[in-house]
Amino acid sequence: MRKWGAWATSAVFIYIVYLILTLWTGELGLWSLGELITGAVIALLGAIPLGNIVWKRGDVRLLQPHRWILFLFYLIGPFFFSMARANIDVAYRVITGRIKPGIVRFQPHLKTDFGRTLLANSITLTPGTLTVDVDDGTGEFYVHWIYVKNPEPRPEEVCGPFPTWARRIAE
Amino acid sequence: MIAEFGFLVAAAVLVGYVFVSMGRLMAGPTTPDRAVALDTINTLVVATMVLLGTAFGQVVLVDVAIVYALLSFIATLYIARYLEGGLR
Amino acid sequence: MKVFLYLLLAIGAIFNGLGAFALIRFPDVYTRIHGATKCTTFGSIFSILAVVIYGFVKGGGEGGTLAIHALLALFFLLITNPTGSHALARGAHRAGVRPVGAVVDRLEEKE
Repeated sequence: MRKWGAWATSAVFIYIVYLILTLWTGELGLWSLGELITGAVIALLGAIPLGNIVWKRGDVRLLQPHRWILFLFYLIGPFFFSMARANIDVAYRVITGRIKPGIVRFQPHLKTDFGRTLLANSITLTPGTLTVDVDDGTGEFYVHWIYVKNPEPRPEEVCGPFPTWARRIAE
Repeated sequence: MIAEFGFLVAAAVLVGYVFVSMGRLMAGPTTPDRAVALDTINTLVVATMVLLGTAFGQVVLVDVAIVYALLSFIATLYIARYLEGGLR
Repeated sequence: MKVFLYLLLAIGAIFNGLGAFALIRFPDVYTRIHGATKCTTFGSIFSILAVVIYGFVKGGGEGGTLAIHALLALFFLLITNPTGSHALARGAHRAGVRPVGAVVDRLEEKE
């Protein structure tokens, strides 16, 4: 039962991407009949290998729509702001060359794959930090920090409010 | 038109940056350095393709950019896997 | 309108250039990944945003298609770029490249 659910969800996602790619191509409203049928076939076939991999740990809570709205808000608000700050920071370091690098470890207490991916990508794109490795069992993050202030940091020191956001969105 | 000329100029600037990154691709002392330079070049090429598709009014080039982005991502993962210690 | 598009393109070009020069300027692999990933992603957001706005203003079938496809390219770029750089960083560390002048290296202690 759960396997069928994962398969159907993946098929729907592939179909949506296909429909977005083929907008304004036909006479049946926005799409043509051939495109709709081809897309359905591709989605059903593509979901066979995808379904088992993506939803392996049962991250079905990600399908609740209020999480998507939260994600969009996060993307436009705090994430974009700190990304702009990150670029100014890199510009400063390119010009002055002041670096004091190191790889630190911290434990953000995230359990699902999507939460970890979201946090890792956020860390990589925000000021002065880069995810090097994530321990798959314990969920510890190994982060390359371009200017180490504290070799034993708490999560808030490295990446600000992002663990809270990742938990709010994905878990 | 004038606006499309602006897109052409921006694409030319990005191609210039591709040549700058190629300096690291040739000089890089270790293999990961070269891989990082290649990754940067891939991103720049995707942006250049989107800009060129706009400048010439060809939507097909943007589709090519999408496929290029996904394929270059797979290539990057492949190289990273290779660096981790052989293809197992 | 035209001035706004030019402004977006100029910001995109500046940040992409910052990424390319960070690649030349920084001393080791990890700091280069820092500069290259952050700046090229941020610059590409602005460059592609200019294309999206241009497409929506142009309107009609062709402009709409251009805008939607550019937005999709941006979406894929935003997902794949940090993931790829993360994989490269991990591969570099496993291949035995150590950060230059590091004050602390927890990952090496673990391995």
